[in-house]
Amino acid sequence: MEEKFEGILSRYRENEGNLISILQDIENEFGYLREDAIYWFSERLDVPPAKFYGIATFYAQFHLKPKGKNVITACCGTACHVKGSERLINSLVKELAIPDGEDTSEDLKFTVEKVNCVGACSIAPVIIINKAVNGKMTPDKLMKEVKILKEGKREYTDYI
Amino acid sequence: MLHGEVSGAKPGFLAGVIMNKDISIKVCMGTGGIAAGGVEVMSAFEKAFAAAGIQATVEKNCAMHKVGCRGFCARDVLVDVIIDGDKATYQYIKPDMAERIVSEHIVGGTPIADWLVRDDYHTFHDKQVKVVLSDCGEVDPEDIDSYISRGGYEATKKVLTTMTPQETIEVIKASGLRGRGGAGFPTGVKWDMAIKAPGPVKYLICNADEGDPGAFMDRSVVEGNPHAVIEGMIIGAFAIGAPYGYVYIRAEYPLAVERLHLAIRQAKERGFLGKNILGKGIDFTIKVKLGAGAFVCGEETALIASIEGKRGQPRAKPPFPVQKGLWGYPTIINNVETLANVPYIMRKGAAWYASMGTEKSKGTKVFALTGKILNSGLIEVPMGIPLREIIYDIGGGIEGGRKLKAVQTGGPSGGCLPASIVDTPVDYESLGKVGSIMGSGGMVVLDETDCMVNVAKYFLEFTKSESCGKCVPCRVGTKRLLEILTRITEGRGREGDIALLESLCDDVKTSSLCGLGQTAPNPILSTIRYYRDEYEAHIYEKRCPAGVCKDLLSYSILDEFCKGCTACMRVCPAGAIIGEKKKTHKIIQDICIKCGACFETCKFKAIKKG
Repeated sequence: MEEKFEGILSRYRENEGNLISILQDIENEFGYLREDAIYWFSERLDVPPAKFYGIATFYAQFHLKPKGKNVITACCGTACHVKGSERLINSLVKELAIPDGEDTSEDLKFTVEKVNCVGACSIAPVIIINKAVNGKMTPDKLMKEVKILKEGKREYTDYI
Repeated sequence: MLHGEVSGAKPGFLAGVIMNKDISIKVCMGTGGIAAGGVEVMSAFEKAFAAAGIQATVEKNCAMHKVGCRGFCARDVLVDVIIDGDKATYQYIKPDMAERIVSEHIVGGTPIADWLVRDDYHTFHDKQVKVVLSDCGEVDPEDIDSYISRGGYEATKKVLTTMTPQETIEVIKASGLRGRGGAGFPTGVKWDMAIKAPGPVKYLICNADEGDPGAFMDRSVVEGNPHAVIEGMIIGAFAIGAPYGYVYIRAEYPLAVERLHLAIRQAKERGFLGKNILGKGIDFTIKVKLGAGAFVCGEETALIASIEGKRGQPRAKPPFPVQKGLWGYPTIINNVETLANVPYIMRKGAAWYASMGTEKSKGTKVFALTGKILNSGLIEVPMGIPLREIIYDIGGGIEGGRKLKAVQTGGPSGGCLPASIVDTPVDYESLGKVGSIMGSGGMVVLDETDCMVNVAKYFLEFTKSESCGKCVPCRVGTKRLLEILTRITEGRGREGDIALLESLCDDVKTSSLCGLGQTAPNPILSTIRYYRDEYEAHIYEKRCPAGVCKDLLSYSILDEFCKGCTACMRVCPAGAIIGEKKKTHKIIQDICIKCGACFETCKFKAIKKG
């Protein structure tokens, strides 16, 4: 664990990083901002944890709780909105039993997060499932994908 | 280039036909193209070539070219097959179609007519004038030589070896280039202020935060031709005297980030970035900073705060960044599209650029045309083109045979242009006069099934959640505006609500600290201006004319058309429909959550919405 923290710290020092880049590295490494990580860096850099949390709570990219094993990102851009993204999101939240006010199911299997615009508006509505961008999504297609995820039948490739 | 090297599998006619032909295949590999299956299509072509016994010799370029966005995303995957300079474009290509294209078209010499693009592909491009996008879809964004072969970095050589910084600025001034991020400030004037600003150090920042929902112009340029942006930055840095550059790019664009890093590395290897560029004693390095998901960081002072590692909260201007910016030093922030124009202007001249567009809005603009339009995609048009031509000639009109209701421009800072003013020319001044803004280029087309009050509410949901919280007018104002709009869409609108909205909008506009708050009221003001009757229907009649606002809708089953097929019962997520087979069904209003699934499912038009 400490090794990973040290790795992030040395990258920060080499690349003239800032607190945001440290948090981005922690988020990428662990999937969320672990409390022990924040306190470790706070100690090493002599920066109050409040400063870290101030940044973490300002930017949408950071999560203070662990994400689910499968991350479904629903685009809520204007084009996706007029093409029915709200309905897709409602059906996802219902089907995956995401509690009110949260974004991750209680069994930590699924996270449904909303983002403001992924910039693929011509193929709206867009749902990104485990980093694979799916365009022209319909309620039927979406439920089929969710079924596949639940049964653990497909490996999603990281195109990016 | 693909040369006719036949590796034994099928000799004879193959060798004769394809020897010594220049064959080039271009597959769209922007985010949209990849989502439509571009990667699989590319490997299918590679397999098909291998199976046909054709060996690609990789000399300067690969036989298979990745290209960036050609614009017509709705027709992905688009594939160009270019043989000896003759280009044929295929649309909707799936991996299993690659084999036939290779055997019948590339080897056999006959294109497959059924799979080629139709007239609409050409009319989509007829009225467009590509400057910024001229090399997108032609160059391989991951190969600097591909860019150089089309004149890339010629402008850099010309500027650094034969011109002075002030001369460069004069050319940009004469071209009439205005900031493409939305504010439209004359770029040459801004650079002029920077060169005159005193300081031991200056910075040039490229704003690639593109936060407007519905906009993907900048993403496509960075994914499709990142070198044009880098070249623009090099020329800009030379002009203002900045040794350090940053590209602030949003993290939600991973492919663009990757290609940008690669392009910067390649430019450095070739000596276009780093120390003593082209031996002219100019130093310039570019670092990439990732955004972390905050719309407000597209605002220049918030962006600067973010690069400095802080919460992205704007500060009061003056002093403007050009006097006191990053770390307190003179800083120029330019949008991706603005910078991508620069190499072309320096190469072809200010007069060429100024010959396009109108008197006050020169050149071209890239728009992301989306929504209820038939031909959805990325377009570049001369400034001043009538909106009608964009919607009907380029866009092909409204999909599904519906009617145009409005065109929303400028994202959450903009307004809606109703169909009645579709002849408005698209330039900075004309859009401002009708209550909207050019914005960064998002253009969302709406039809009669869109509710304008709902659209205003959607934008306020966005701006309220993105408000940084620093100033009261925006932090509290957007929240209250959203509350009022929500009440109206839920059937709890009151007498006096419209006047209250207008008055509150005015307060928020005039007293907010930054552009986010100052423009957040625009969608409301614009929709009240042109669609007051819709607001009144929601408030006084508790009715949503477009049939969108769920709480004002009810679904019921029409006895005379219901066949009792149980299809609606089966899709109802709430279990609100009762009935037996072959008998008329019934929707229980108390349980119905108004999701509309039954309406979409019924094949007999037996569900009434309203």
